[in-house]
Amino acid sequence: MSKTTIPEEEFTYPGGTGCPGCGANLVMRYLLKGLGERTVVSIPACCWAVMPGYWPSNCLKVPLLYTAFEATGAAISGLRAALDVKGVEDVTVVGFAGDGGTVDIGLQALSGAAERRTDAIYVMYDNEAYMNTGIQRSGSTPWGAWTTTTPVGTNHAFKHEPKKDIMAIMQAHRIPYAATVSVAHPEDFIKKVQKAKAIKGFKFVHALSPCPPGWRMNPVNTIEVARLAVDTHMFPLYEIEMGKVRITRKGKGLPVGEYLKLQGRFSHLTEAEISSIQAAIDESWRILLAKESSGT
Amino acid sequence: MRTVMTGNYASAYGAKLARAEVIAAYPITPQTSIVEKLADLVATGELRAEFIPVESEHSAMAACIAAQTAGARTYTATSSHGLTLMHEVLMWASGARLPIVMTNVSRAMAPPWSVWVDHMDSVAQRDTGWMQFFCQSNQEVLDTIIMAYKVCESRGVMLPAMIIEDAFILSHTSEPVDMPEQELVDSFLPAYAPEIKLEVGKPMGFGSLVKPDQYMEFRYKTALAMKEAHDRILRVEKEFRNIFGRDHGGLLEEYRCDDADVVLAAAGSVAATAKDVVDAFRAKGSRVGLARIRAFRPFPHEEVRALAAKVDGLAVLDRSYTFGAGGAMFTEVKASVYSGPKRPVVKNYIAGLGGRDITPKILGLIFEDILIVTRRGEADEVEWVDVAGLPRRWR
Repeated sequence: MSKTTIPEEEFTYPGGTGCPGCGANLVMRYLLKGLGERTVVSIPACCWAVMPGYWPSNCLKVPLLYTAFEATGAAISGLRAALDVKGVEDVTVVGFAGDGGTVDIGLQALSGAAERRTDAIYVMYDNEAYMNTGIQRSGSTPWGAWTTTTPVGTNHAFKHEPKKDIMAIMQAHRIPYAATVSVAHPEDFIKKVQKAKAIKGFKFVHALSPCPPGWRMNPVNTIEVARLAVDTHMFPLYEIEMGKVRITRKGKGLPVGEYLKLQGRFSHLTEAEISSIQAAIDESWRILLAKESSGT
Repeated sequence: MRTVMTGNYASAYGAKLARAEVIAAYPITPQTSIVEKLADLVATGELRAEFIPVESEHSAMAACIAAQTAGARTYTATSSHGLTLMHEVLMWASGARLPIVMTNVSRAMAPPWSVWVDHMDSVAQRDTGWMQFFCQSNQEVLDTIIMAYKVCESRGVMLPAMIIEDAFILSHTSEPVDMPEQELVDSFLPAYAPEIKLEVGKPMGFGSLVKPDQYMEFRYKTALAMKEAHDRILRVEKEFRNIFGRDHGGLLEEYRCDDADVVLAAAGSVAATAKDVVDAFRAKGSRVGLARIRAFRPFPHEEVRALAAKVDGLAVLDRSYTFGAGGAMFTEVKASVYSGPKRPVVKNYIAGLGGRDITPKILGLIFEDILIVTRRGEADEVEWVDVAGLPRRWR
């Protein structure tokens, strides 16, 4: 039997209210396994504002500060300042927000916290739309996806704008560490989280978070879809440490159709449209490889 | 130590004397010199605090909320658009029962752009669950910040407070201010020690989701806390007077009201001018007085009713206007009077918006008008004063 390097201790109790097959549930679980008990978390409006359960119950074994939708960056700055002024050391401050709360409404506070070099880890769990409100497009929804506000119809078929490149945005802030993680690769996930924990300053973690109801997929396929996202280069696993790009899993380079076909949100796409997604992925992958080899 | 300082420095030194531990602030005219002074005090080590140079006022308040939840005493300052940008998180602060203290340098809202005094920004936050104190002097600004922490942090209250300075009239005008000794302030205001705070090793959720069968109880408790704050303000001010030898008149400061026929009610720096006008009218034999609305939240309903019982006419001056309703001070005063033993004539005067001076002459016109309508026994509800196009008697 092979031995896992994933810490056994759990920091989430059962009883959370996530949907079956929720990727975000695993993101939190692996994150806390990587960080341990001396962690405080701030969560804005998002699925995870509901998932800990109704007051007075809470499924997290670490303190949790709920904050306003756009305020995660500010909240973690406030938490860190209070800990510093009180002389409390060895505590990891975490902001844990969805994609809308990060790349859209929360981008300003995120940018501020990064620019201020707030000593914290900001985790964006990316389910690629406003899922808690019922699948509306966000700036992180990929080109081609159906959502309730990008309906598939004769005049306005699916989302026509590409996904915001939040990793590039964070890299432009010259933060010491940024990484992408996948729930299909927990060892890589936890290694990156632990690396982030050991670095002082502002760290950013981008987690792809499959959402069965929002992606119109079978909940049993969460891990399979997350794995295919990596293997098709739709969501490459890499890290940017002190500006240097390093790909942590090359993936199999499978055709993107393998990833798309498991998800109803892409079921309307024509072969030509899938080809154009493939071309965009190939180009992004080429750029990422070039960044890695040039060390930037 | 007696010194000379602006209202903004009085705010900064008030926060320093109160030993604020985390300050998160964003600059806006005319609040800027508060932030600058505090940044300076932190940089020189005179104030041991964390200063967070946030990227917006929304973030300023959100950062204060987080820091205060984690057990730090926090302070911030803002003005007009900054305050209204905070609106969402102001409600968060009171809903989370956090005793944050903030200065708002009260300034007009755009458009059209104006950086001058006006109470619209402050009045628009009256429903946020913050205590609101309108000040009339720089000494009062400094003292009220120190007192506010004590009121806010007391068990049974645990609510935030907003100290309101009139833009430029207080913020940028130097006045003599007595700076109390730090040891005296420390003896009056102990370190912040909340019963419950966010700390490692004690997993708790702060601000969780509640169901309809739970939500109202949270709001009811906040309502009780604000009610409790009324008496606490008076008690804390009494204690302050015992130590520092001065006070600022409770929630409703009365000036020559005891035998008055008519009284002007007003908030902010205009009250100081109005006291001179009262003296001038008194010298001519007119029995007029001034009631300064110092606390707008909690509103001094009982005090206003007691005042109404001894006068025949009440003029209420508003430095803002609630469109479709009337001046906010006026509607509160009138609501108070309705359930009192006596209902004097009450009339609303709108003046001084966007930094227009409310001169002794204008205040004199208001006193003359309220004397006339009181004798007549009836009044129009709202009079806009000193506005182009209005009858000459109001210019």
